[in-house]
Amino acid sequence: MAQMNLLQAINHALVTAMSADDRVMVLGEDVGHFGGVFRATSELQAKFGQARCFNTPITEQGIIGFATGLAAQGQVPVAEIQFADYIFPAFDQIVNETAKYRYRSGGQFNCGNLTIRTPYGGGIAGGHYHSQSPEAFFTHIPGIKVVIPSNPYYAKGLLLAAIRDPDPVLFMEPKRIYRAAVGEVPEDDYTLPIGRAHVVQEGADITLVAWGAQVAIIQKAAAMAKAEGISCAVIDLCSLLPWDVNTVCASVKRTGRLLINHEAPVTSGFASEIAATVQGECFLYLEAPIQRVCGLDTPFPLIHEKEYMPDEHKTLAAIKYAVHF
Amino acid sequence: MAIKERNHLQDIQATHDVHVIKNGLVDIPMLQLLDAQGNLLSQELDLWDEQTALRIFKSMHYIRILDERMVSAQRQGRISFYLACTGEEASVIASTAALSNADMVMTQYREQGVLAYRGYRTEQFMNQLLSNALDPNKGRQMPIHYGDKALNFMTVSSPLGTQIPQAAGYAYGQKMAGEPALTICYFGEGAASEGDFHAGLNMAAVLHCPVIFFCRNNGYAISTPAHEQFAGDGIASRGIGYGVNTIRVDGNDPLAVYLATLKAREIALTDNCPVLIEAMTYRLAAHSTSDDPASYRAKSEEQEWQLKDPIVRMQRHLQQQGWFDQTHIDEYCTTQRAEILQALKTAEIQPKTDISEIVTDVYQDIPAHLARQRDELIAHIKRHPEHYPATIMSNKD
Ligand SMILES: Cc1ncc(C[n+]2csc(CCOP(=O)(O)OP(=O)(O)O)c2C)c(N)n1
Repeated sequence: MAQMNLLQAINHALVTAMSADDRVMVLGEDVGHFGGVFRATSELQAKFGQARCFNTPITEQGIIGFATGLAAQGQVPVAEIQFADYIFPAFDQIVNETAKYRYRSGGQFNCGNLTIRTPYGGGIAGGHYHSQSPEAFFTHIPGIKVVIPSNPYYAKGLLLAAIRDPDPVLFMEPKRIYRAAVGEVPEDDYTLPIGRAHVVQEGADITLVAWGAQVAIIQKAAAMAKAEGISCAVIDLCSLLPWDVNTVCASVKRTGRLLINHEAPVTSGFASEIAATVQGECFLYLEAPIQRVCGLDTPFPLIHEKEYMPDEHKTLAAIKYAVHF
Repeated sequence: MAIKERNHLQDIQATHDVHVIKNGLVDIPMLQLLDAQGNLLSQELDLWDEQTALRIFKSMHYIRILDERMVSAQRQGRISFYLACTGEEASVIASTAALSNADMVMTQYREQGVLAYRGYRTEQFMNQLLSNALDPNKGRQMPIHYGDKALNFMTVSSPLGTQIPQAAGYAYGQKMAGEPALTICYFGEGAASEGDFHAGLNMAAVLHCPVIFFCRNNGYAISTPAHEQFAGDGIASRGIGYGVNTIRVDGNDPLAVYLATLKAREIALTDNCPVLIEAMTYRLAAHSTSDDPASYRAKSEEQEWQLKDPIVRMQRHLQQQGWFDQTHIDEYCTTQRAEILQALKTAEIQPKTDISEIVTDVYQDIPAHLARQRDELIAHIKRHPEHYPATIMSNKD
């Protein structure tokens, strides 16, 4: 075990994957010698050579198209999109190509070896274009998986799982906690299952669900609620597509209440998907309306970032509303 | 003017050899009119007038000073982010000087010199950089994302290359409206790798749009050197491929940039067509305040380019013309420095945008769901003001 922050854990996962399998290649803007703008790919070029870790021209559609072809050939690309806000030029490749390779060929071809890594999320004074949380767009694409770690241990285990998964995976990294999230990480090779949620704590009165950097926010809210005599179950969803319906529903059946927290705008956010499924599965168990504590339906603002964020205070208010409903 | 349609099949010459165009490298010369000592390299020129030259020179100094002050303001934690134009002042400012104020400008993010030349005031720069309520973007965007309707300066957007096809469309609109104006679109050689660059040039050429595409080829895109960005002959060779009139110019030579842009404007407006200018320059600055170039380029390379400093070159040219007055320029710089520091202090204590603005401008009118989200947010903040001490709320009831 070693102490690592989330960035170091990701770097460690990449080193582990590249050491274990010569077909693993890392590509993206500034990922080479420089090691990426956040340093997630530090030293990879020095360790594995320029042919396996290389800078690309600035073209996200090119990066994902190239990586999709590379994966179809049998190599194992890990493509970085510098900020999730800049993934949209690649949207066509992801939606129409990456996600449909297997299905449209009746299983003859696939690009399942592809992993796309991208930092996302607010809280870094990044304004409109260095703050967005576009996960819900990608959960609307059958054929890819969407994974989001909340701490270094999950980051390494889930990234290794994503790289080895037989289907293409979008691995979204909560950049706000790149350095702030520190924890024990095994130095050897391990994977964690994609599609499995993690119960952070059990509770009796309400189930709180989040992913990425917002897991720490709902944990804070849970601690504040505890001081007021409310017992919260806290679930880190870890994977959004596919997501762990059983773990969430089992918890809601015990607590009778559900709150989902995400940074992305509330309308058509992933909370809506969870809420719809849970009300279907747990209808007779619910004692209060399902709460969504999310971003506003506006572009991500710089100056009103603090007010925009679904913080622990808004979460606590919604917990109390649900519990006293 | 009637556009001659090209008939590719008829115009193609047959060959009986397997004809390979090696490397795709074409020989595109670079317009240069001043050497590093500021000596005129050609005598057959319609030179600029003293007034224009001095205005360009002062704007270059202004931007150099503004950039220096703001980089240090960022280090002091007074602004969150900054991005300097150092080394590229001639490319940006001398090109703007060749335009009309009616021409629309769409930039990438490193072209604050356009605003300075067009008369953006120091306090306006500061209001944007400090994200206060006087910023016309209402503090919503990161520092350096300027936008000014009055100066025909389109609001900056971070996603690279997006302004390139937009510039073609805007120019087409100017043509349709019969405006005697065009659009200039600035971008880096890195951004020219985006699909939008290719879409924009092709559409502008096919649809005969009066637009100048101005590429600042400054050698680096963050850490990525130009040779890892493209393998062809720079950006200029692509203009040729798309059937776009193309000029390559020494971007550190203000006179060459000025005359090239003047010519480009004339062609674009008389022939209703795009012109691509590739300015060969160097980003002496770090990419931004989040970057340290020491990890990806040699000091010696920077020093080489420091010798080609466009401000020094311009000064020597002015001296040779007998247009340079040391005392005057010293006074100008001293005054500007003081003014910038004062304006920074003033902008720092301006109020931030009111919280009710969080939902405005998403649409022209505020839809019901956003009005509700705003009201719920304001009610929440009123119940817990201790958690939102910096929130500005004019309506307290
Ligand atoms: C679509 C998109 N992808 C990536 C980025 C991140 N990014 C910001 S600036 C930059 C480099 C741009 O280089 P260049 O166009 O050469 O301009 P320069 O900074 O040299 O002026 C990158 C990759 C972005 N802003 N937008």
